[in-house]
Amino acid sequence: MKTIINELLHHRNRSRMLSFALIIGSYLIIEFLMHSIRISRLFTSMLVPCCCYIILALSLNLVVGFSGELSLGHAGFMAVGAFTAIIVSGLSAKMIPDPVIRLFISVLSGSILSGLTGLLISVPVLKLSGDYLAIVTLAFGQIIKSLITNIYLGFDSNGLQLSFVTNELNLEQGKMLLSGPMGATDTAKISNFSSGALLIVITLFVIYSLIDSKYGRAIMAARDDRIAAESIGIDILRSKTLAFVASSILAGAAGALYALNYSTLQPAKFDFNTSILALVYVVFGGLGNINGTIIATTVLYVLPELLRSLQDYRMLIYAIVLIIVMQLGSSVRLKRSMEKLKNRFSKKGVIR
Amino acid sequence: MNTPVLQIKNLGIDFGGLTAVNNLNMEVHAHEIIGLIGPNGAGKTTVFNMLTKVYDPSRGTILLNGQDIAKMDTVAVNKAGIARTFQNIRLFQNLSVIDNVKAGMNNQFVYSIADMLFHTRKRRSNEEMIEEEALKLLKIFHLDDLKDTEAGSLPYGAQRKLEIARALASEPKLLLLDEPAAGMNPQETEELMETIRFVRDTFDICILLIEHDMNLVMNICERIYVLNYGMLLAKGSPEEIRNNEKVIKAYLGD
Ligand SMILES: Nc1ncnc2c1ncn2[C@@H]1O[C@H](COP(=O)(O)OP(=O)(O)OP(=O)(O)O)[C@@H](O)[C@H]1O
Ligand SMILES: [Mg+2]
Repeated sequence: MKTIINELLHHRNRSRMLSFALIIGSYLIIEFLMHSIRISRLFTSMLVPCCCYIILALSLNLVVGFSGELSLGHAGFMAVGAFTAIIVSGLSAKMIPDPVIRLFISVLSGSILSGLTGLLISVPVLKLSGDYLAIVTLAFGQIIKSLITNIYLGFDSNGLQLSFVTNELNLEQGKMLLSGPMGATDTAKISNFSSGALLIVITLFVIYSLIDSKYGRAIMAARDDRIAAESIGIDILRSKTLAFVASSILAGAAGALYALNYSTLQPAKFDFNTSILALVYVVFGGLGNINGTIIATTVLYVLPELLRSLQDYRMLIYAIVLIIVMQLGSSVRLKRSMEKLKNRFSKKGVIR
Repeated sequence: MNTPVLQIKNLGIDFGGLTAVNNLNMEVHAHEIIGLIGPNGAGKTTVFNMLTKVYDPSRGTILLNGQDIAKMDTVAVNKAGIARTFQNIRLFQNLSVIDNVKAGMNNQFVYSIADMLFHTRKRRSNEEMIEEEALKLLKIFHLDDLKDTEAGSLPYGAQRKLEIARALASEPKLLLLDEPAAGMNPQETEELMETIRFVRDTFDICILLIEHDMNLVMNICERIYVLNYGMLLAKGSPEEIRNNEKVIKAYLGD
């Protein structure tokens, strides 16, 4: 019993528990508020996308923070997950009327396809040492967006129909799934806040399971020192691939959840800006810092939306906040006092 | 006599026009502690880099327990039984002390990705064994009290010891130590000599070490190879090396 308590109070486990408490606590409070008082639509409409961005940022942190590689195209994986989910959900609407089961299957398909895509692009690239991954993921993000922008996909009683040119599909009472640059135009909205919160919890579970295991240690060892890692038998390519594929699976799930929250979705949503935004969340949250990523994403996502009423000043205020946070974050003196504070709370009873 | 654990034949490497090591022949037998010494730039570290395939040799063969390692890469060489430390300490700076050692056991305790994800019994029992082994190794180096400290913030001497512990975690047959006592004070060095002997005896391995601290070399090495300008200058017992004219000249300069 005593060992279990010690184990739970260990500072690493404490930060693990804090992540779950943060998500589950916020979820319960928000659910309670939504059922007891009237909350503005503005606020409730932000819940699912905020969950998606948290998952996206967490997945990106796996690559950037834990694996030490740069990805500039994570929105591309989100796109793969999103449009796979739209297609799967659209096609299976008749077969699987239950929205919960359909959501589950759509998100699962989206993340699997995204993971396969991640595997496909990472293996050849990670063989090279250097910042090639950043370049290739950047290109991947652009290509996947352009690809989806040019797909027209519909289905009717004759089955699935696909065209890459124009909207020349002759559907007999069928349904368009993808309409080129317009993207998906008539998706059933089956995502909700509960599924978003659950998906974050699953994401946290996956990430913590990974980083606390031998696989996670290998990933972080390969990040800190390639040659030393190899010298003790760690396969760099395998470790980095594992981190990248796990990350693309999670990013795909985020995209799937996101897509099924809107009736219309354009591929342009998942452009370079979204990839960079995710990177900004990760950098502000801290490389390799899970709780920081959750908080930074929430604040940086919600803030500009709330400031929307201030119209023209929105981006200005956003920029000022960014600068302030950046200044504080890199200030040595602040860091030191934070360290001291942290030591006071966490190092009690720990020797040295 | 049995096959040596390590046999180096006519080993050589060129960097562009510079021949860093040439025509080197060496042997390390089971249970030996061997010294590799020589003035700065003699090519000692380069020998280690060839043994661990950080560099591919230009000439010659390296046999590990009679097996040619020519086709192996760094990872394969480690799996075959060579582990090392680095002259410029290369720890996993952001990992805790114990995680550095645990990383060294990556191939010693195996469970699948599915085991990892579903927290199976296999994962738990392997992680428990990893923890236990890691603590055992840390105790040998008196680092167990610092197990949760970030490796990068350790004092210099402790970092050197942690590198040895990490190398041992991969269960090598041959351990290569590149200036293990560099930056240590005399008392730490004294302790280190004890530890090196202890490690050799408990794990029954052989050790090849590079060192400038002659007190350490003369005390714990059973045989010594002297390298100068990439060539073997002399070999023999500490006594023979100490009294070798050529060695004295190389060290004092002429
Ligand atoms: N990657 C490399 N490229 C070019 N030259 C190299 C390389 N590595 C080593 N050398 C050269 O090979 C020679 C031997 O270097 P090495 O590091 O093996 O010396 P050392 O005996 O370990 O010296 P020290 O006692 O200073 O550590 C030096 O002249 C060095 O400049
Ligand atoms: Mg050297």
